Amino acid sequence: MKLLSRIYMWLVFGLLYAPILVLVIFSFNEGGSFAEYTGVSFYWYGELFRDSAALLSLKNSLVLAISSAGISTVIGTFAALGLDRMRNRYLKGAINSVTNIPMMNPDIVTGVSMMLLFVAVGGWLHATDALGFGTMLIAHTTFSLPYVILSVLPRFSQFDKSLREAAMDLGCTPAQSFFKVELPQILPGVISGLIMAFTLSLDDFVISHFVSSPDFQTLPLYIYNQTAHEVKFSMYALCTLIIIAILALLLLVNFAGGIGDRSKRRRGAMQ
Amino acid sequence: MKRFLTTLLAICLLSLSLPLFASCGKESGVTTLYVYNWGEYISDGSEGSTDVNAAFEEWCAAQGMKVKVNYSTFSSNEDMYAKLCSGATAYDIVIPSDYMVERLLKEGMLRPLNTENIPNLSNIDMSAVIDGRPYYDIDSEGSDKTYSVPYTYGTVGIIYNKSMLLAEDLERIEAGEGSWDIMWNEAYKGNILQFNNSRDAFATAMFREGVPVNTTSEAEWRAALDSLMQQKPILQGYVMDEIYNKMSSGSAALAPYYAGDFFTMYEDNEDLGFFYPKEGTNVFVDAMCVPTASKNPELAELYINFMLSPEIARANAEYICYASPNRAVREDAEYIATMEELHPDAMSILYDTADVEMQFYENLGEEQLVLLNSLWEELKIESSIGSSIMIIACIIAGAAVGFGIFYYIRRRKRKRYTDTLWED
Amino acid sequence: MKKKLSLLERAAAVPHAVWAVMFIVTPLLFVLYFAFTDSKTGRFSFGNIAALSSYWEIFLTSICFALVATFCCLLIGYPLAFVMSRCKPSTQKLLTVLLMLPMWISLLIRTYSLMTLMENGGLINSLLGAMGLEPIQMVGTGGAVILGMIYDFLPYMVLPIFTSMQKMDTRYLEAAADLGCNSFQTMFRVVLPLTTPGIISGITMVFVPSISTFYISQKLGGGNFDLIGDTIERQFRYPSTYHVGAAISLVMMILILISIAVMNRFSDEDERGMMV
Repeated sequence: MKLLSRIYMWLVFGLLYAPILVLVIFSFNEGGSFAEYTGVSFYWYGELFRDSAALLSLKNSLVLAISSAGISTVIGTFAALGLDRMRNRYLKGAINSVTNIPMMNPDIVTGVSMMLLFVAVGGWLHATDALGFGTMLIAHTTFSLPYVILSVLPRFSQFDKSLREAAMDLGCTPAQSFFKVELPQILPGVISGLIMAFTLSLDDFVISHFVSSPDFQTLPLYIYNQTAHEVKFSMYALCTLIIIAILALLLLVNFAGGIGDRSKRRRGAMQ
Repeated sequence: MKRFLTTLLAICLLSLSLPLFASCGKESGVTTLYVYNWGEYISDGSEGSTDVNAAFEEWCAAQGMKVKVNYSTFSSNEDMYAKLCSGATAYDIVIPSDYMVERLLKEGMLRPLNTENIPNLSNIDMSAVIDGRPYYDIDSEGSDKTYSVPYTYGTVGIIYNKSMLLAEDLERIEAGEGSWDIMWNEAYKGNILQFNNSRDAFATAMFREGVPVNTTSEAEWRAALDSLMQQKPILQGYVMDEIYNKMSSGSAALAPYYAGDFFTMYEDNEDLGFFYPKEGTNVFVDAMCVPTASKNPELAELYINFMLSPEIARANAEYICYASPNRAVREDAEYIATMEELHPDAMSILYDTADVEMQFYENLGEEQLVLLNSLWEELKIESSIGSSIMIIACIIAGAAVGFGIFYYIRRRKRKRYTDTLWED
Repeated sequence: MKKKLSLLERAAAVPHAVWAVMFIVTPLLFVLYFAFTDSKTGRFSFGNIAALSSYWEIFLTSICFALVATFCCLLIGYPLAFVMSRCKPSTQKLLTVLLMLPMWISLLIRTYSLMTLMENGGLINSLLGAMGLEPIQMVGTGGAVILGMIYDFLPYMVLPIFTSMQKMDTRYLEAAADLGCNSFQTMFRVVLPLTTPGIISGITMVFVPSISTFYISQKLGGGNFDLIGDTIERQFRYPSTYHVGAAISLVMMILILISIAVMNRFSDEDERGMMV
């Protein structure tokens, strides 16, 4: 029974990974065809780095992800602080449920609704370029916000309130007590929110599809356009690189988590 | 405390004004030329070809002008039209097809060209497909101003995979008797591709039905729709440029597409062949135009002239493989040799189209456009999901609802029971 | 004792509230506005909603596909999550990473790689051909679309179930065994009710993207099977059809929010009462 369940588990994982593996393996195919494997080469990787559109979209993606993650983390952290302190239950409930809308709504509806807003407002203002980096930034910040708040809010409620009172008694202003006492305690939540926002922004295709213009393309949009055309094998090389980067990031996060645990343990031993 | 609020406010303001900064980071002294073209429709420097836009920038630099070409692409005439109408970008050059040029001209969105700036215009020779002036270049006053300069022209034909076709069909094609009917042949079920673009898809059915492609009769449009509806169950899918990969990898047997693109596919798969159906087919001209919104019309004319110069036109013609209206290219022995190396019949497929029955698309009236859109919508939403999937889905839905009700009732009962326990 | 709140604490949520009103609430109001106005005159009309009657087949197809895909995900994912949760903690950590990796790889890449495998001239059919079997047409069929949904969204089903199984107190299982349950009874009477919240959130996380996808049906269905997502996407290509598109989006949103609300009723209530 145990063996059988193990086989089942690895079978499902195998099927989950088979297409990705095939893609990775064939990105090294010299011939540029799925029909036959002519030899291992990095030709398509070279081709990829000669493709200025791909590199530009990578740069755009990173700029967008960093700025939207930064903005949403700042707004989200303060929002979590505000929500934690808020005493009006109805207002709190209202803000919470509005915040959760982008998480529950299908991406396509979020994207479409934002597009309608931008197009209509752009039309009223007679703006020449309604869609572009600005609209992408707004959209990405909006859909990352709930995730940031969700990862920071629990930290606030876990926080020992007496510490804050102690800080105030020792002469801290409320702001000082927040930045010097509370912030270091909630920092893990803030950082995980930041990472979450960053990866969500990097990965998003559906919402970007509606609020972008051809002048500002991100990596997923570039991939989408590529798969709608004649696909060159340099795209598989690109996908392989993305997969490797994500794997590295995931391992790093897990590994870094390990470091955090260890340092915490050490601190515990010292006390 | 106050410091914080100010910082907070500053951050918020900064974040809101970021897009403004991003949009005004242009260098001074550099003129930007906005070019809007079809995707994969210019020699862009990949795989050892000439990078035309970079060459133009260099050429300008040699003339003492700092020019940056902002090149973006569209995937259909309608997309281009929507973008142009939105006024989002002041494009200097757009390259739509004939009927769209006609529409833009009719709506006053094109600027007449100063032909003195385009001496290379004399290289253009469209006599193979058009006698005299093209119909779409004539404005409402009928004046003899030039509004557009042909960039490429081409025809639609059927691309087929020799190894997947029946012997009798191959014979028919060899004999020049190939017909649109082959795309309705049940024998190739699941191996036929169709245009994912209303105008081209309807045209295939209209040629098959013998209906003029610019008809104003609703009944004739409906007949074409019926024909497409009949074809839908045997299709593998509605696709556009995905055709390249599907035909090259042998994943489909038949697909209608533009002649020039056939050579690109043939490079990857020598089993592919191409024919013009006997009922006739569509011919199109993609032409360079300068929109009225252009901020640098003279630079745009220089660009057009540059595109018509023999070397650049040849680089483009060899890269995109469409027929070139440029006499200097067509008579170039090296160009002919390159094309024939690509495919032995390349020159005759592209240029010997005199005995092929051909029709241009014309700009449809508002009424026909609305009709075409609604018919296309009808075709796309016509769904043929297997009844098996439907039955399974119904069973699942039924089971889920039943399960939910069962759980709910049981839970209510339990709750009542535990509540009574508490009371005791 | 209620302490007076500082200005920072009172003002902290303001930027977010403003942002949420501007970019979450207002866009939805715009959807409402577009759905109920005429595309030509801009006046209030029910025309767009009425026009939806011709799209009932699309809604039906999408719901059927999403239901089947969600059910298959549950069927495959639940045992997988159970087996995973029985592994050693160190293995569990590795398995979580393995499960997360596909979630972080772009859906476009995964769908496209699946398509290259399933094409008529793709790897699977080449293998079948090499074994002397008839090739199977997969791309362009409804089955391929469903398979694509299962493949793409399976991790979203497994992860929440797996988390709720990890949280489950194993002593319940021992207690059940002590009280004379066999393994099947334990499964259905103890494990299943305890993991219901995980199942519900898994179902939501698979059903919502499945019903609204457009990339999967475009690539794997070859454009033959238009789902709600495809239809919305097509309406939003040209400004003249924004209004109908907004109406379709509105109806889909309402359908989904209702079904989420109904499903949440099952996980919110007291879990103690559910145990047998």
